[in-house]
Amino acid sequence: MIAAHGLSKVFRDRRRGELRAVDNVSFTVEPGRIYGLLGANGAGKTTTLRLLATLLRPTAGTAEVAGRDINLDPAGVRARVGFLATSTALYGRLTARETLEYFGRLHGLTPDILRARIDLLAGELEMHEFLDRRCDSFSTGMKQKTSIARTLVHDPAVMIFDEPTLGLDVMAARAVVRFVRACRDRGKTVIYSTHVMSEVEKLCDVIGIIHGGRLRDEGSLADLRARHGETDLEEIFVRVVGGEPAPPPLLPPR
Amino acid sequence: MNAAHVWVIYRKELRDALRDRRTLISSIVVPTLLMPLLLFGVGRLMQRAVAEAREEVPAVAVLGGEGAPALLARLSGDARVRLVPVPADWREAIAAKRLRAVLEVPERLEERLRSGEASPAVRIFHYQGELKSENGARVTERIVVEHRERVVTERLAARGLSPEAVRPFEVRRENVAPPEKVGGNLFGGLVPYFIILLCFTGAIYPAMDITAGEKERGTMETLLCSPVARVDIVLGKFFLVLTGSLASMFFVVASMAGSALLGGALFFGSSGAAAAAALPPGTAAGGMGSLPTIDPLGLAGVFAMVLPVAVLFSAVALTVSLFAKSYKEAQSYLGPLIVVVLVPGMIAALPGTELTARTALIPLLNLSLVCKEMLSGSWPWGYIALIFGSSSLYAAGALALAVRMFNREDVLFRS
Repeated sequence: MIAAHGLSKVFRDRRRGELRAVDNVSFTVEPGRIYGLLGANGAGKTTTLRLLATLLRPTAGTAEVAGRDINLDPAGVRARVGFLATSTALYGRLTARETLEYFGRLHGLTPDILRARIDLLAGELEMHEFLDRRCDSFSTGMKQKTSIARTLVHDPAVMIFDEPTLGLDVMAARAVVRFVRACRDRGKTVIYSTHVMSEVEKLCDVIGIIHGGRLRDEGSLADLRARHGETDLEEIFVRVVGGEPAPPPLLPPR
Repeated sequence: MNAAHVWVIYRKELRDALRDRRTLISSIVVPTLLMPLLLFGVGRLMQRAVAEAREEVPAVAVLGGEGAPALLARLSGDARVRLVPVPADWREAIAAKRLRAVLEVPERLEERLRSGEASPAVRIFHYQGELKSENGARVTERIVVEHRERVVTERLAARGLSPEAVRPFEVRRENVAPPEKVGGNLFGGLVPYFIILLCFTGAIYPAMDITAGEKERGTMETLLCSPVARVDIVLGKFFLVLTGSLASMFFVVASMAGSALLGGALFFGSSGAAAAAALPPGTAAGGMGSLPTIDPLGLAGVFAMVLPVAVLFSAVALTVSLFAKSYKEAQSYLGPLIVVVLVPGMIAALPGTELTARTALIPLLNLSLVCKEMLSGSWPWGYIALIFGSSSLYAAGALALAVRMFNREDVLFRS
């Protein structure tokens, strides 16, 4: 389970001054559910997820992830979380097996358990063919499978996905979506950030719309539709974030 | 700190580094092959050029030789020079290397000598810095001086005096410094200089790859997701950088020692590789006559003193390259630092820079100075302890800084 309470993150930048990337965000994700964090680029999705994964420390507020407080026991949180993002790449000079062994050892798995986990994941994700090849020779799909196996090697209770389909082709993206669903079906707590409306519609049990660092609205797809009198999620999203900026005039006014 | 985590990270980084050809080639292979080639190759080339210049019988012309027939006869009869007619453009001829030197004899030289006139000057024209021209001038001068001495002897004989009358005693210089002292003074400035350079270049390539390189490739965030404490990540990475630093130094010193032993014949002349091979290591150079030697114990001392400096370099390289967003940016930070770390070595090599309580506290300068001492066989234990202690302190400080950097979000997620 994830329970965020008033999470805030302020970045201080010499050039841009103070930037409130996440502003008093609170939400709850139950086990066996997928929470979709929907927002435009720069809305605060990545920062929120990095706070939950304890890669960043919150300026204010806290969150409980898999029973651990992100401020009090960050290492305990990381031990129970699988984090997959476009920015979490693989070591090109290691094979897929070595990658899994490395992260398994860092998670404190014993050699026997680790071997069994790698066998299981390689079977489930159909990785046997390329398990002993170096990652720098992989196709995008193979890389994605290896990354997924890496997030699962320690069998975490909570899965955090930060735009995992960004830059993937249709087939690879579908495989990721299938895998996210499988995580939910196994009772894991899943949080998923994206700006792709169709993914949210297909996957998420609860949707949180984030804009300017603040959670603007939250609910199931049905709730949101009913509340805004709209069926199209994109229209709902635009309405929640306060409308779209006026387009520039095509022709100069006479 | 969790030693098991540090070990897992170190092992992975080592495996990764050994598969990284770019880093391996630039930090180990190139210096290992290049350093002996540079040192011995350049030495051999120099030696060959000098030998060639000395073997040549220089073409020398005489200006105004008609006033000194005896000197001219001596020059033309001497096999060490080849007399040629003076070309009209003799200055250009020297510059164009057609002529090595020109001897200008004053008018009526021998007649003036006989009449006891004030001593006129004989001039030798040559091209300074040109090896063969300098050799021509040197040989010509020697022949002229020999001729002058004969004139003196004849004058003394005419007055019924022996040559000893103007040379009542001889002056001779004798060296009391043992060969290793000479070696220490000669190589003392050079060895630490090379070791410092190697230690640093050996550290920067792996440091850039496993910090800025990882950030650029996106694997840093993957690693940070694991439940490992940041201090363990830093230490695992730090030990890899230290390994790179020490390995690069070890391989190069070993390859230089190996080539000195095997290639002794090439570098040290005709005494031969057989003679070098027959001698135990360390005494090889000393065995070859008057050549200076390096005390192996001194060299061991140098390696011991270098250890904290390697730690310092590794931590600094790690900190600086972690700050960079990309490999390229890290290179632009660390490249100029190579020059900076060489400056104390240069200062230490200057004559008159001595080991004092103050210089013993200046990082790198203290290492260079104490190495000079140890390589020449003297062991100032008080200073050695002070230098080792202060270097260790600086190293610990740099390592603490690296850990601090790793805990800074704005550094890790700098974009």
